Amino acid sequence: MKKYLNLWSILTIATALLLTVPLWVLVSFVFEPTNETWAHLVDTLLPEYIFNSLWLMLGVSIGTLLLGIPSAWFISQYDFFGKKVLQWALLLPLAMPAYIIAYTYTGLLEFEGPVQSFLRTLFETQTVNLWFPEVRSVGGAIIMFSLVLYPYVYLLARTAFSNQSHSVMHASRTLGAGPYKTFFKVALPIARPAIIAGLTLALMETLADFGTVQHFGIATFTTGIYRTWTAFGDTTTTAQLSVLLLVFVTILMMVEFWSRRQAKYFTGSNQAAQAMPTKLSGIKSAMAFSICLLPILFGFILPSLQLLDWSINVAETNLNMEFLKLVWNSFSLAFITALVTVSIALMLSYAKRSQKNRTVDSAVRLSALGYAIPGTVIAVAVIIPFAWFDNTLDAWARETLNISTGLLLSGTLFALVFAYCFRFLSVALQSLNSGFSQIKPSMDESAKTLGASNWTILRRIHTPLLKSSLLTAFILVFVEVLKELPTTLILRPFNFNTLSVKAYEMAADERLADAGLPALLIVITGLIPVIILSKMIGNRNA
Amino acid sequence: MRELQIKQIKTTHQNTTIIDNISVHLKAGEIGCLLGPSGCGKTTLLRSIAGLQKLTEGEIYLGDQLVSSNQFHLAIEKRKVGMVFQDYALFPHMNIADNIRFGIEHQSRKQQQDRIHQLLELVNLAGKERRYPHELSGGQQQRVALARALAAKPQILLMDEPFSGLDVELRESLARQVRCILKTEGITALMVTHNQNEAFAIADSVGVMKDGELLQWDTPYNLYHQPNYPFIADFIGQGVLIKGSICGCRQVHTELGVLNTQLAEDHATGEKVSVLVRPDDIIHSDKSSWQLEVVSRVFRGSHFLFTLKLPNDEQVMCMSQSHHDHAVGSKIGIKLEMDHAVVFPLQNLKKVKAHCCTSV
Repeated sequence: MKKYLNLWSILTIATALLLTVPLWVLVSFVFEPTNETWAHLVDTLLPEYIFNSLWLMLGVSIGTLLLGIPSAWFISQYDFFGKKVLQWALLLPLAMPAYIIAYTYTGLLEFEGPVQSFLRTLFETQTVNLWFPEVRSVGGAIIMFSLVLYPYVYLLARTAFSNQSHSVMHASRTLGAGPYKTFFKVALPIARPAIIAGLTLALMETLADFGTVQHFGIATFTTGIYRTWTAFGDTTTTAQLSVLLLVFVTILMMVEFWSRRQAKYFTGSNQAAQAMPTKLSGIKSAMAFSICLLPILFGFILPSLQLLDWSINVAETNLNMEFLKLVWNSFSLAFITALVTVSIALMLSYAKRSQKNRTVDSAVRLSALGYAIPGTVIAVAVIIPFAWFDNTLDAWARETLNISTGLLLSGTLFALVFAYCFRFLSVALQSLNSGFSQIKPSMDESAKTLGASNWTILRRIHTPLLKSSLLTAFILVFVEVLKELPTTLILRPFNFNTLSVKAYEMAADERLADAGLPALLIVITGLIPVIILSKMIGNRNA
Repeated sequence: MRELQIKQIKTTHQNTTIIDNISVHLKAGEIGCLLGPSGCGKTTLLRSIAGLQKLTEGEIYLGDQLVSSNQFHLAIEKRKVGMVFQDYALFPHMNIADNIRFGIEHQSRKQQQDRIHQLLELVNLAGKERRYPHELSGGQQQRVALARALAAKPQILLMDEPFSGLDVELRESLARQVRCILKTEGITALMVTHNQNEAFAIADSVGVMKDGELLQWDTPYNLYHQPNYPFIADFIGQGVLIKGSICGCRQVHTELGVLNTQLAEDHATGEKVSVLVRPDDIIHSDKSSWQLEVVSRVFRGSHFLFTLKLPNDEQVMCMSQSHHDHAVGSKIGIKLEMDHAVVFPLQNLKKVKAHCCTSV
């Protein structure tokens, strides 16, 4: 028994260390002296990176709260026309990566686009230039991010609102507080930790974004890292810039951690005290309906229609062998990554369950760090040690064996899968951990007292109970890989294209319509996890 | 403090009647309690008074102010009722002082501080002002909820199963404390519970509810000794019903012999009835020559509870002191200690069997 325990512990710790090697290498660059590229950056662009990132974070905070909280409040407290559909449809924008919605709105709002053309027809001014707000701006990016990231706030706020014991709100009323005071002094403050946790997730995504800000020409950390890496090839400065971004991310992670802990005290324990939602009718029902429809309309329906329109227009020319190759590349890469990631997650999560010791717990938590780290940073972090390894091995081989080993790790699919695996491991881990948490230790014990062997327990009890969690984990990772842009862009092997990279390249060449087909396929695949998510929530409420 | 008057109220939910034709009158300063099994509508009645539930028929008055009727519904926050919820509903993001302050924020700072201080003294939680709800025990949270509800000196205090979340040992002592606090403050109060010990510990008068109807509103003593319905006889205290027949004036013949009873006049001689026999009506006495066979026995610590078999196979219960143990199958001596037997017409018997809710 003792030996068994050690094996598991060693395996978990080894996995955690191996996965995080790139991160430690990256952080070690903090101790390197800064060079002239860094000095140049500090003088010119760095203030802009910081300033833009802060602006984006502030704007996205306001945007996601404004879209997420009212809809969550109406869905959790009231019954109105269309609520059944709206409550899960509000999650749909999660299927829309920020860079894709940015492409669609660029198309919709540009000079030749349908909106401006319509306005010109309306005012019969074919020649005169109407003033129109520029979508490719910090403000535009804030709106794009808010439209696709508000579901994080909505989801956590809704759960918090509906878990609040109704008697707390009734207590406030019997103590003389009207509905407004009750909302602002009782309901909202109680949900605050959950809302902040949702907000930090949205902000982490904002910081991690590369596609949108690159397309809008906004200088932020991610575009800066990409530029420093590709244009200057300066490893030290790239790494140092990445670490600076990680400081921001770490602060957000700490806020999230603190909020979640706080939220535990704030959620009501008595489920029975939940009253029926109040029925709205007439104008009030219409208002609630509109408030919940708006984010879906602008965050999903309109951009999807634009993608559909582009796809239909170019289908004849673009639906060819090249596109099929693209689909094959993307799907097989996503499939392999999901398989590897879920296997590692299964091992870690089983170790965590069977070994109840803190070392294993910490190792698992360490392995899950990737979710917070922007894809650009992970790509850079992976390529630095991998390239060093390849170069060193190659040099050694040339010297002693007189052969060139070439690129073994960097510039191959291995690097890509490794980076994805680190980035998305926590997605799989969360799903599996919740699956394992349903299998209480007493189930194993009761099965054993009933005469079942370990093998029987695994086959008859664990496997059926874990099946759906495994599938969910697989699908979530699969779709994340499909959507991921910057990691793929930096780490992909030469001439290896995926759907997301294709969409990015077409958009960068101002061929937005040609980006439509790959983007649409990404969004459609992205719908699967959204449906799973809304089903899981539905089951929990039932 | 105001009196509470409920006049023939009815509430419905999706065309189902929840409570029907209920009238209650609670005098200023009186503590009332609604007792009944779960689903009997007692909480709905409480929520109607608080304004959390609208009326289909009837009227509710607080003092001489109409607060609810089928046409009028005074907003919850304007009723000045204090309510203690089953889960206490303390605001988790506010400390104890701020929780109590919530209802009296319109008062001056000095008044608020004085009232908070006074209430915390009253509920024996002085010095806990800065604590948060999750840092307190269940019993302490319960007392904070009480203090918060009392802060604004409500016209009436409503309590919904206030002790159900607590350990059984705590409940009765806390109920006695709460009664003491309410009497000190002179509060009119109405509590809902399904536990008769709590009800008896706290209330001046108790109403027993079943299936949305109020069966009897009386003192605890009368509910036990003069239940109007077999259901109440069964719900409150222990006891069995045995067969009897009316024999002459205020007397009923049973297997236990001829018993005195207070009868309504419409019982004819020879009419079959059922007679309530409580365990404390039959006393075990070793000297008695009246011997019955022990069918089963339960040790209750302070006493033994024997089930005895009558000659016609009917069974009755009998209490004895805790050191008087007798084996099952043996015969023990008994004597009757019964002033007036409670008699029910036979046709009601079905109601008893159908709702055999054994009380604790």
